Amino acid sequence: MANVQVNTAEKIEATENAKVKISIIPRYCKGCEICVKLCPTQVLGMEMFLVKVVDIDKCTVCMACELRCPDFAIFVDKK
Amino acid sequence: MGTLKLLQGNEACAEGALYAGCTFFAGYPITPSTEVAEYLSRRLPLIGGAFIQMEDEIAAMGAVIGASLAGKKSLTATSGPGFSLKQENMGFGMLCEVPCVIVDVMRGGPSTGVPTGPSQSDIMQCKWGTHGDHPVICLTPGYVQEIFSETVRAFNLSERYRTPVIVAFDEIIGHMREKIEIPDKGVLEVENRKRPTCSPAEYKPFDETKGDVPPVADFFSGYRQHITGLNHHSDGFPVNAHPRIHTDEQRLIRKVEGNRKDIIRYETFMLEDAEVAIFAYGVSGRSGKNAVEQARAAGIKAGLFRPLTIWPFPEDEVAALASRVRAIVVPELSLGQIIFEVERCAKGKCRVEGIYRVDGDPITPEQIFDKIKEVK
Amino acid sequence: MSFNYDQYIRGGKLPHIWCPGCTYGIVFKSLLRAVDFLKIQKDDIALVSGIGCASRLPGYVDWNTLHTTHGRALPFATGLKLSCPDKKVMVISGDGDATAIGGNHFIHACRRNIDITTIVLNNFIYGMTGGQHSPTTPVGHLASTMPYGNVDPNFNIPDLAKGAGASWVGRGTAYHVPALDKLIIEAIQHKGMSVLEIINACPTTYGRRNKFKSATDQLLWMKDNSLPITAFDKLPPEKTAGKFPTGVLFKKEAPEYCDTYYAMVERVRKPKEGRA
Repeated sequence: MANVQVNTAEKIEATENAKVKISIIPRYCKGCEICVKLCPTQVLGMEMFLVKVVDIDKCTVCMACELRCPDFAIFVDKK
Repeated sequence: MGTLKLLQGNEACAEGALYAGCTFFAGYPITPSTEVAEYLSRRLPLIGGAFIQMEDEIAAMGAVIGASLAGKKSLTATSGPGFSLKQENMGFGMLCEVPCVIVDVMRGGPSTGVPTGPSQSDIMQCKWGTHGDHPVICLTPGYVQEIFSETVRAFNLSERYRTPVIVAFDEIIGHMREKIEIPDKGVLEVENRKRPTCSPAEYKPFDETKGDVPPVADFFSGYRQHITGLNHHSDGFPVNAHPRIHTDEQRLIRKVEGNRKDIIRYETFMLEDAEVAIFAYGVSGRSGKNAVEQARAAGIKAGLFRPLTIWPFPEDEVAALASRVRAIVVPELSLGQIIFEVERCAKGKCRVEGIYRVDGDPITPEQIFDKIKEVK
Repeated sequence: MSFNYDQYIRGGKLPHIWCPGCTYGIVFKSLLRAVDFLKIQKDDIALVSGIGCASRLPGYVDWNTLHTTHGRALPFATGLKLSCPDKKVMVISGDGDATAIGGNHFIHACRRNIDITTIVLNNFIYGMTGGQHSPTTPVGHLASTMPYGNVDPNFNIPDLAKGAGASWVGRGTAYHVPALDKLIIEAIQHKGMSVLEIINACPTTYGRRNKFKSATDQLLWMKDNSLPITAFDKLPPEKTAGKFPTGVLFKKEAPEYCDTYYAMVERVRKPKEGRA
């Protein structure tokens, strides 16, 4: 899973379970909530204006959040 | 011995561009410059070059810059109204240091003016037409042969200093036909811009550590650069509110002002012992030469200073002249523009008298001769 | 299987300039995926933009990029393309940049059918300058220069492009992302002037003034008010009223400008000489 933070060495917040790993780059997230609201299974929430994984087990790896994030701030990798 | 031809000034301009290695023209029809486009529309396809008539002069100037960024020597030609439209994109070319040549065949202005009549009233627009401080090189040929050689020189200067260069001449010379000798290939020097030799990773499109004129890569040549009309860092990316903007704009100006010796060219005629000098370029310079002859015949020591480079202005030369003569007569087809520069450089050391004419006809030698008699 | 945008983004340039909720980043990522899918070499692509929010996109991507003057991306791109006809030249523009100040260049590039992939990000507003109405702002909507409701009629960009001669016209939205990837791929592949309008959300200067509580609401508006062209054409008027069609809206075979020009060059030149 090489993505934006490889060459920019950004701090990543990763949350994972057996099925999926969700990586968030707090510095890129602008708190627009698009991913939170459009996640079909409410995996994500907001905390201090930044996206946070609230329930990873609900994730169906539909990729909606990664595809809809305008800021390269969230990545989803199926195990 | 080159090739002798009887050419119109506009055609000689096109020949000069071809000689200099121009392979891209974008333009838009406008009297009195259209013949440059027509000539190149015949010749460029024959050498595999690109000719395009765009939807307006703004587009033509944009296309010229796009082609130059692809590494092509590119030309556009226009007249007053089109020259006004091109200003913003010319400024882009100056800030982004894009070699190209803009020909302004001056006609009566302002507005639609006198399309088939001559003028020299765009000359300040050549220098200050686009907004902001910017480097300007503007050449002013007076003969069809000179239109050829000055267009070649314009391309060389634009490549040497990586900046747009203007060639400005009035309608009379643009439409006049004269004998011209087109030198064989290799006789006149033809220069190409410095391309980078460093690796793409090290390359910066505006790398001032490489000197005032940084090498520039062609688009698609492996140096994936960013060019923006915003003030920019040496790597080409936008910068605002930063001391670099000041130093960088100084570098742009210095490219021209710091190389006056190389850029400034002029012709003098019987000026050595002159007591009254004529400062005139283009068609007014031709009348001036005849006026000098009439004055000399009448025992008056007159002489002519005829600049081929009007921007950067020959300040030192005019200052020196002003300290040697009693008066400088400045005939120009406007209501007084270049005279401001002459006065600025003369600093009151001699009289400076203008002859202005904007009625669609050139200033005659007799008009100049009368003024010489008046000021001697 | 997250996508590796890293290979395309110029180091150190993120986070980008666009506002929270601005959907340009979504389109940007879609563009990167499309180019990656097509395996186009970075050296062979030029991305040209004019002025406005959308025009900042080229700065972030590791191609040959050119950020020109307002409305003039297409002429600059035409100079590039005619000089290097075998390279991929694309233009990214906004609704104002492309159809207001750039309108004359837009219709003539379409008329010529020159092979330039032209992506018009339509967020119905001039975002960069703070929310003035643009040629696509809906009538009655609010803008900083239309405080009493926009009175300007607006363009339908695909119709404009089709009427002017573009040989491929499409419309996507920032909501329908997988479909957008496909549209961008097809637009890039098409030989000739391809115009892809992409409906976008500007929460900061447009959404806020026009009763959209959030960027997501604007995205959902796109979902609820659009229909794929395939369905759009079959449904009766009352079903499509107020909705806009998405997808490939128009396509025709037409000579490409550079092909025609250089065919003329070959014809007039002596047979043995190649191109300069």
